[in-house]
Amino acid sequence: MSDPMRIRAQSSAGQTTVRVLMSHEMETGLRKDAAGKTVPAWHIQDVVASLNGKQVFSAEWGTAVSKNPYLQFIIKGGKAGDKVSVTWKDTKGEQRTDEVTVN
Amino acid sequence: MTQRRDALKWGAVLPTSVALSGWLTQEAHAFEKNAFEAKTWTDALKALGVSAPMDSKELVLNCPDIAENGAVVPIAASCATPGVKKILFFVEKNPSPLVAIFNVSEDILANFSTRTKMSQTSDVMALALMQDGRALMSRKEIKVTLGGCGG
Repeated sequence: MSDPMRIRAQSSAGQTTVRVLMSHEMETGLRKDAAGKTVPAWHIQDVVASLNGKQVFSAEWGTAVSKNPYLQFIIKGGKAGDKVSVTWKDTKGEQRTDEVTVN
Repeated sequence: MTQRRDALKWGAVLPTSVALSGWLTQEAHAFEKNAFEAKTWTDALKALGVSAPMDSKELVLNCPDIAENGAVVPIAASCATPGVKKILFFVEKNPSPLVAIFNVSEDILANFSTRTKMSQTSDVMALALMQDGRALMSRKEIKVTLGGCGG
C-alpha cells in the first residue's frame, strides 16, 4: 500500500490551486540495481482529479516524471469546503485515491 | 414472417451499436503508448498526429536555466489563449522524450506544473494543442550538472 498523497487545495480570486505530492518510485526501466539487474519500468500512467465528484483534470505520464511526483493545476471556481479528490493508476494496475477539502 | 424479419434487423443493429460504443470508450481512454515510447520527440509528435508546431509567445514555459539535479527538474507551462486542448512536455535528449500529456477540460486553466527527469543538458519543450488544430510551442535549454535517468 503506497503512502498517502499530500494535497493542498487553496481557493482564491475565483479559482482553486491544487498542489499534489505523490509517493511513487517512478522507475524508468533503465536503472540497474546493486546486483547489476535492470529494475523494470514501473510508473504512474494516469492521473485524474475531481471537484465535488465531477472530473475536472486528467493526465497521462511516462517514465520521465520524477520520483515522488509533484503536480499543480488550477480549477476554475471552487470554494472553501469543496472536495478535491485525486486518483493515480500505475503500470502494475495499482491505484490510489486521496481527497482533501478546499480551504 | 414480418416478426422474423424484424428480429433479424434488430439482431444486426444491436451488436453493432454495442461494439461501436465499446470501441469509442476504449479510444477515449487509450494510453498513448507509441508516443511515450518514441525515441525522438518528432516521432512522438507523429504518433500523436501533431504536425508543424510553431513557436509562440502565447505559451509560456517556466523552467530553470540550470538543474543541479537532473532527477528532479521543475517545469511548468501556461497558455492564456482560449481553446487549448492539451499541454505536452518533452525533454529532447531523454531516451523517451515525451514526459507528460495534460488534458485541458473546460473546468481548469491551461496551466500545469510538475517535475521531470533529465538525462543530460537538453532542450525542454512545451506544446499546446489547440482546438483549431494549431500546435503552439515554447522551448528552452536546461543545463544539467547531474543526469537523472539512473544510467
